[in-house]
Amino acid sequence: MKTFQATIFGMAALAIAISAQAQDYRTQAINSMHRDFHAHGIAGMDRLDEDTVQTICNRTGNNPPKDLAERLQQDQFEAIKYPADGNYLGDWKAGEKIAQRGRAMTWRDKIGKTSRGEPNGGSCYNCHEIDKKTTSFGSIGNSLAHFGKTRGYGPAVQKYVYGKIYNAKAFNLCSAMPRLGHSGTLTEAQIKDLVALLLDPNSPVNK
Amino acid sequence: MASIKLRAVVALSGFALACAAQTGQTAAPMKKAAGGAKSAVAADFEKFRDIMAEASPAELFEAKGKELWHTKRGPKNASLEKCDMGLGPGKLKGAYVKLPRYFADAGQVMDAERRIVYCMVTLQGFKEKDLAKKPFSSASKTPDPVSLVTYVAGQSRGMKIAVPQKHAKEREAYKVGEEIFNYRAGPWDFSCATCHGHDGLRIRTQDLPNISKKEGAVAAFEGWPGYRMTGGRMHTLQWRLNDCFRQQRFPEPGYVSETLSDLLTYMGVNANGHVYKGPGIKR
Repeated sequence: MKTFQATIFGMAALAIAISAQAQDYRTQAINSMHRDFHAHGIAGMDRLDEDTVQTICNRTGNNPPKDLAERLQQDQFEAIKYPADGNYLGDWKAGEKIAQRGRAMTWRDKIGKTSRGEPNGGSCYNCHEIDKKTTSFGSIGNSLAHFGKTRGYGPAVQKYVYGKIYNAKAFNLCSAMPRLGHSGTLTEAQIKDLVALLLDPNSPVNK
Repeated sequence: MASIKLRAVVALSGFALACAAQTGQTAAPMKKAAGGAKSAVAADFEKFRDIMAEASPAELFEAKGKELWHTKRGPKNASLEKCDMGLGPGKLKGAYVKLPRYFADAGQVMDAERRIVYCMVTLQGFKEKDLAKKPFSSASKTPDPVSLVTYVAGQSRGMKIAVPQKHAKEREAYKVGEEIFNYRAGPWDFSCATCHGHDGLRIRTQDLPNISKKEGAVAAFEGWPGYRMTGGRMHTLQWRLNDCFRQQRFPEPGYVSETLSDLLTYMGVNANGHVYKGPGIKR
């Protein structure tokens, strides 16, 4: 019995030691970046600091316990700023330009503008298929081709798409997709234009 | 030989133009790049790279690096012939594929460029601050460390990647590198792993190697230092990682910093066992 208890104790101590070791490497990694990086343009050193969502995703290998994920998603959801006029549909032509443009938020760009003085891009085609005419699209996100045609054009879908673009983490805590409204990358009007790209029946996405 | 090189460069410009055309907004109908599969552009480029391998522009930078290595330069008027890249002073054959490694004289794990800068500082008397000012190739200038890394890397052509994990500091560098690789932060919540931690992903038509596995780590190690046709410049892994962090929307990593050595240790060890083809050509 004693041996058994000692074994259990030993195993627990070992487990703690292993996790403490992993914790050390994480702390070392964070310290290393804080020591070795410098601010450049709009990219300040504060960008190395995790917010709550990032911490939880980093500490759980992007696989947080379900109840925790749901609570944090709720916090993110409640912070979404929906348009005051209740209108989600902008101009799909403007939306297409935002979806194509990959520039924004790097150390060469300005606040709200790219290094070329254009409004920030959403980098949408970098990861998603959208209008099938554009064959140069990435595969990190799912295909959004025929989005409205297959999912419907109603106000509930419009509100969902607006919220998803504004803050993808409100729907899937450790999603790879940036929080484009929450991070100040895109304006309300720009997000409306993207909603129109996916949900205006006249948008080429739905042809 | 010179005429081969000239033709090669002309061919390169042509291919670069074709690539630029294909990344335009609504490209003419081409073979659709299906998710997961290699894109048509990437496949074309691989064929092109195989053809080009015989007369790579990287060789020009190897030659320049060789000359720099053996010339007495800097405030101390010394060559780099006594620089120890890990296998003993001046021994360069097979050194690149065993880097990063721990160097007792510096008390640090160093990748090839970090070590070369260390030697330029200690042996030749250059100041690290000056070397870090404009460390990447531009249209008008290729910094000396870039040519030197290309020369040293060329001395490992055809050799197996064997980044060591014997010393405790080397194992620590791997583990810390892995943590940095997976660390999400910044306005877009990206880590290295967001793009480089899964199989079969692309940004637009560009395939993204999964660096957490051998095949992807090999793809990321292979071809660097590389002559990059976008802009026609010779670049090293220091530049590659710097530009990755720019697109990750992070602040800027220090040139030849420990953070980058740790990441390169993670990548290099994951690529171990593969035969390195030498400096190459990149899109």
